[in-house]
Amino acid sequence: MQFDSISDFFNMGGYAFFVWLAYGATAVMLALLVISSNSSFKKMKQQIAQRQKRETKLRQAAQLQRTLELEHDQQEQQAEKNNSKEVLS
Amino acid sequence: MWKWLHPYANPEVTYHFTGKILPWFVALTVITLSTGLVWALLFAPADYQQGDSFRIFYIHVPAASLSMGIYVGMAVAAFCSLIWQLKLADASAAAMAPVGAVFTAIALLTGSAWGKPMWGTWWIWDARLTSELILLFLYLGVIALHNAFEDKNLAGRAASILTLVGVINIPIIKYSVEWWNTLHQGSTVSKLGKPSMTIDMLWPFIFCFLGFALLVTTIICIRFRTEILARNSIRPWVRNLVILENK
Repeated sequence: MQFDSISDFFNMGGYAFFVWLAYGATAVMLALLVISSNSSFKKMKQQIAQRQKRETKLRQAAQLQRTLELEHDQQEQQAEKNNSKEVLS
Repeated sequence: MWKWLHPYANPEVTYHFTGKILPWFVALTVITLSTGLVWALLFAPADYQQGDSFRIFYIHVPAASLSMGIYVGMAVAAFCSLIWQLKLADASAAAMAPVGAVFTAIALLTGSAWGKPMWGTWWIWDARLTSELILLFLYLGVIALHNAFEDKNLAGRAASILTLVGVINIPIIKYSVEWWNTLHQGSTVSKLGKPSMTIDMLWPFIFCFLGFALLVTTIICIRFRTEILARNSIRPWVRNLVILENK
């Protein structure tokens, strides 16, 4: 141990400001880098999951629309048939 | 060797492999870095001329040499991605750039905080300091290019070219203290044969250097996996992965 007391340690032989500035700035920058790297990894996964959800929703909507249109067409055809029958009779 | 390396060109294999080794890197980083920093701050002897301000050395030198090391790694990846069109090389270069930029900034800042008490100035336009500042701008340029295009392949190509042009700066930084008269001192550690440090200053340095190097590896690993996901988001394996994790 190079220092006699805690206050001696924080004093850094008179260079406290510079030493703690260097160590503190490094700690802050590295912490920010680690946190942002981790959160962007998680965000990327969430983004992909969301896009996937949107795609399935769109696909289901398209499917629904197709079946509705089909039913609509069938109804129209039925109506036309009925019409033509009426004209004939 | 090619047979052994070949599967790692597959993003899925690499994604899972890096996921497996990541916790080991985290553990090793915590052990070596905390050992190194405690040793450097509490147990290493003070310098006979510089007193305790010398303890900045334990961050400054690893950060500076890693800032150059990461650049060389990025340049190798850029070369591979330009010549062999390796998509993973592109992803790894994109993962390395921000980490390198942060370490360059740390080297500059700690250098500044060391320069003020020792040289009497925060900053001087001397060869070593200026070339290191240019390295920071090169990193920022590479990051900007990676984000400038919607198409990741195009962005990767542009960034790779800038990276390779910027390699010229690395020997300039390395030898600036020998080629020009500068305020910056010459190297203390890498003198082969007789390092000009006592052994009880050298050991904490070795731990600090290893610790920072492992930290770099860990962060690049995390960012690399993010880049892999970003570039493969429509592939079935990524879809399955995301579905499995959201259950």
